[in-house]
Amino acid sequence: MKANCWMGKKSVEVVDVPEPKILNARDAIVRITSTAICGSDLHLYNGFIPSMKKGDILGHEFMGEVMEVGPGVKNLKAGDRVVVPFTIACGNCWHCAHDMWSLCENSNPNAALAETLMGHAASGAFGYSHMTGGFAGGQAEFARVPFADVGPLKVDRALSDEQVLFLSDILPTGYMAAEMCDIKPGDTIAVWGCGPVGLFAIKSAFLLGAERVIAIDRFGYRLDMAREKCGAEPLNYEEVSNVPEALKELTGGRGPDACIDAVGLEAHGHGLSYSYDRTKQAVGLESDRPIALREAIMACGNGGVVSVIGVYGGLVDKFPIGSIMNRSLTIRSGQCHVHRYMKPLLERIMKGEIDPAMVITHRLPLADAAKGYDMFLHKEDNCEKVVLSAA
Amino acid sequence: MIHVTKSVTVMKPRAEVFQFWRQLERLPSFMIHLQSVTAVSGKRSHWVAKAPAGTTVEWDADIVAERAGDLLSWRSVDGSEIRNEGSVRFKDAPADRGTEVMVELSYDAPAGAAGKVIAKWFGEEPGQQLTDDLRRFKQVMETGEVVLSDGSLQGTGEGATAERAAQPAGVRA
Repeated sequence: MKANCWMGKKSVEVVDVPEPKILNARDAIVRITSTAICGSDLHLYNGFIPSMKKGDILGHEFMGEVMEVGPGVKNLKAGDRVVVPFTIACGNCWHCAHDMWSLCENSNPNAALAETLMGHAASGAFGYSHMTGGFAGGQAEFARVPFADVGPLKVDRALSDEQVLFLSDILPTGYMAAEMCDIKPGDTIAVWGCGPVGLFAIKSAFLLGAERVIAIDRFGYRLDMAREKCGAEPLNYEEVSNVPEALKELTGGRGPDACIDAVGLEAHGHGLSYSYDRTKQAVGLESDRPIALREAIMACGNGGVVSVIGVYGGLVDKFPIGSIMNRSLTIRSGQCHVHRYMKPLLERIMKGEIDPAMVITHRLPLADAAKGYDMFLHKEDNCEKVVLSAA
Repeated sequence: MIHVTKSVTVMKPRAEVFQFWRQLERLPSFMIHLQSVTAVSGKRSHWVAKAPAGTTVEWDADIVAERAGDLLSWRSVDGSEIRNEGSVRFKDAPADRGTEVMVELSYDAPAGAAGKVIAKWFGEEPGQQLTDDLRRFKQVMETGEVVLSDGSLQGTGEGATAERAAQPAGVRA
C-alpha cells in the first residue's frame, strides 16, 4: 500500500509499504478514505519531537471503512464507516474508566521512554513518534486500529467525510481547550493561534457561552477566518508592541477571563524574547519555545484559567510561575480525551451548530502529501488545513 | 547479586490478581525472559529461561510462602545454576483503584556463563526489566493480552533504540 513516511527532518515521502495485519484480538483494519495533516505533524516534520525513526508512517487524523476485525471486536463489522480517535485507549484501565482517555495506562508499548522524559507516560497515539508507542499512522491507504472495540465512532453515510473527519482530533481538541476555561456568562476568552485548533476553540468558546473571543495571530488570512467564520475579534500581534497590554486595553484593564494557548512549542514572536528562545532551542538548551504560553499567562486576568492545548514536548525557560502563583491563575492542559467528545460533537455537527469543514483550504491526493506538508508549513496560498484523499 | 523491587496497580480485584500470578505457568506471558514454567508438584515448579544465542537455562523452584490473596514467595532449589528468589505482595489500592502488586526479585550466579545470562536479562538498569514485565502483566490482566505496535512487535520492553520503524512488518509477529 501507499503510505506517507517520515524520512528525516523536513522530509516526508509517499512510498510502498506492506499492508497492516491484525496483531491483537481487539484490532481492526481500516481502509482509509480521508486523512489530514495536523499542525502537530509539523512539529514532527520540523524535527522537534524526539524518538522518530526513518520510515515511520505519519498521520493521526483519519477515517474510512472497516475491512477486517479481530476476534475481540464485537461492535464493528466489515463495511462499517468509522472515524478513528488519534489517541489509543483500552477502555479497561482506571484512567479510561474515569473518562481520561489520553492517559490510558495500557496503550503505549513504549511507556518506559515517555517515563524517562516526562515522569509518567501518556497513552499511545497513531503516527506520532515512538514515545507514544510506535504505532503506524493514518496517512496511508490502510491502518491497523488497536482497541477498535473502544475508539472508532460509526458515522452515517449521509454525512460527508469532510463533515466528520475532524472528530478524530482537532474539533475535540479545540473544544476541550474551551471547556477547560470553565466559561461563565460575560467571559472574554483570548485565543493564541488561529490554526484549525484555534478556530475550533473560538467556535467552541462561543458555544459554551463566551461573551467575546479575541483571536491572536500574525497571518491576515487566519485572522480573517477567525472573524468571519467564528465571530472572534482579531488581534495581529505584529501590529502591537505588547500583546498583554493590548488585551488589557480591549478588556477595560481586567485582562481576559481565560486564555487559550493553541500554538505550542514552535511559537513565533518578535523582539528579544523570541530571539532568546529561538537561539536556546537551536542549540538544544531549551526544547520548546513558550512565547505564546508566557504571553497567555501574563495577559490572563486575576483568578483566571490558562488552557494549554498547543503541544509541548519537553522543557521551557523563563516560565512566569510568580505570575501564576501570586494571581491565583489555574493552568489546565492535556492531550485531548478524544473518546469523551466524539459523540456529543457529532450531535452538534448533525444539529448544524458547527461545520468542521469550514477550516479546509486545500484538498490533495495522498500521493501529494509532501507538497501538502510544505504548503502548510510555509502558509502558502493561505493554507489553513490540508485534507488528503486516500480513496 | 541483583536485587530489584517494583510495583504496579492493576484495576482488578485482589483475589483475581493473586489467582493469575499463582498459576506460575502464566508468568512467561508477561515475563519476557522466561520461556516456560511448569508445575511439577503442588509446591515445586520447573523454570526454563531464555539465554543468549538461542540457548536456555533451567532450574526448579519451590513455593516457600503462600497466603491466598496476599503473598506468594518462591525460591530456586539448592544447587541451581542460577540462584534466585522472588516474592509478590498484593494489597487493596485505595477506593476503586484495584490492587497494588509489589514484586521483589533476587538473582545470583557465580561468574561465568550463568552470570552473563543474568547480565543480559537485566542490562544496565536492572529495574527496567521488571518494570516492563509488570507493565505487560497489567496489560494482560486489564486488556486481555500484551499490547503490540508496529514499532514494538514483541510488546513493551524492546526500548526505542531496538524498535523497528512504525510501519507494518508484512508478516505476523
